[in-house]
Amino acid sequence: MAWNDKRPLSPHLQHYKLPLTAYLSIAHRACGVANSAAIVLLVLLIASAAGTPQSYEFMSGIANSWFGKLIFFGFTVTLYYHMANGIRHLFWDVGRGLDLEDAKKSGNACLAGAAALSVITWMVALAS
Amino acid sequence: MAEFSLPANSIVNTKGQHFPAPEGATNTKRFKIYRFDPDSGENPRVDTFDVDVENCGPMILDAIIKIKSDIDSTLTFRRSCREGICGSCAMNIDGANGLACTTSIADIEGDITIYPLPHQPIIKDLVSDLTNFYAQYASIEPWLKSDTPTPAGKERLQSPEDREKLDGAYECILCACCSTSCPSYWWNPDRYLGPAALLASYRWLVDSRDDATGERLDELEDPFKLYRCHTIMNCAQVCPKGLNPAKAIAETKKMLVKRRL
Repeated sequence: MAWNDKRPLSPHLQHYKLPLTAYLSIAHRACGVANSAAIVLLVLLIASAAGTPQSYEFMSGIANSWFGKLIFFGFTVTLYYHMANGIRHLFWDVGRGLDLEDAKKSGNACLAGAAALSVITWMVALAS
Repeated sequence: MAEFSLPANSIVNTKGQHFPAPEGATNTKRFKIYRFDPDSGENPRVDTFDVDVENCGPMILDAIIKIKSDIDSTLTFRRSCREGICGSCAMNIDGANGLACTTSIADIEGDITIYPLPHQPIIKDLVSDLTNFYAQYASIEPWLKSDTPTPAGKERLQSPEDREKLDGAYECILCACCSTSCPSYWWNPDRYLGPAALLASYRWLVDSRDDATGERLDELEDPFKLYRCHTIMNCAQVCPKGLNPAKAIAETKKMLVKRRL
């Protein structure tokens, strides 16, 4: 929506001090976008295994490099956060947990859950 | 597509005028206030006022009234009741929306920024044009629609349980703090009704005396009017009456699902 008004538009995102619930909401969307991008990487890895041994070696080399691991660690965090917050949304959809204090608590729980599940996943993955 | 940055004519010049505190003031507080003069042709700016809070009432509204009467009489803002019931002095205080009359100066640490309600056309200084906001309120048809004739000589009766359903829905003062705090409303002000209008809509949806529930829900069943709410909860955070529009919107979504089952 282009601004055709002679009058100024008052500052919004530039000035607003967003509360935790707002940051968690935008994080949900950002994680969704990140997940879509990361799934493409995952598909490339699997597709390379269906190709030649060389193509798989090439892709798994990238995936096992420190940079590849960093990307996949990020993917687990965004995936778990998106999942946890998705469950939070399901509760909201049936009308539960909509009081402000509950929404803050469930938001913190999503953050803690995403962090804990990511760490556990990588501890298991790196130990095996 | 939403525009996240400010248009060229809206970019704020943060270095406006500075009005120092009077000589001998012992307890001063710095107020940084958004100013826009429609006659100057200049972009908005932020003026700094150092206010002697020893000689000022306790609320933000007291401070801006003091600035207007003692320092700069051109400072423009809306206010009326000074007790949180008219909703006129809604503005962005210290980065969050609230009523100037019920926000205490002492509750804010450091310098106090005062901006108009976010993402609105500005008429002058802290006065924004709320035409769209009021039109949205009118669009939900906020009056009783009943199929039965008005009873002669008495009210339309309601059980205490039915009356209780209106608690938390009818107290809205239409100050626009919630709607203008909502990022969804910032990005789609023309198509999303916003928390205030949707809370008002819910107030009639749950009223046992109203017979237009179906028609009201039909009006809301639209990709934008209702469903742009993503439970960001800024509305509930800033409501000066402690209401929760997000909850009312979730209940409305539930009503739309229920009638399909």
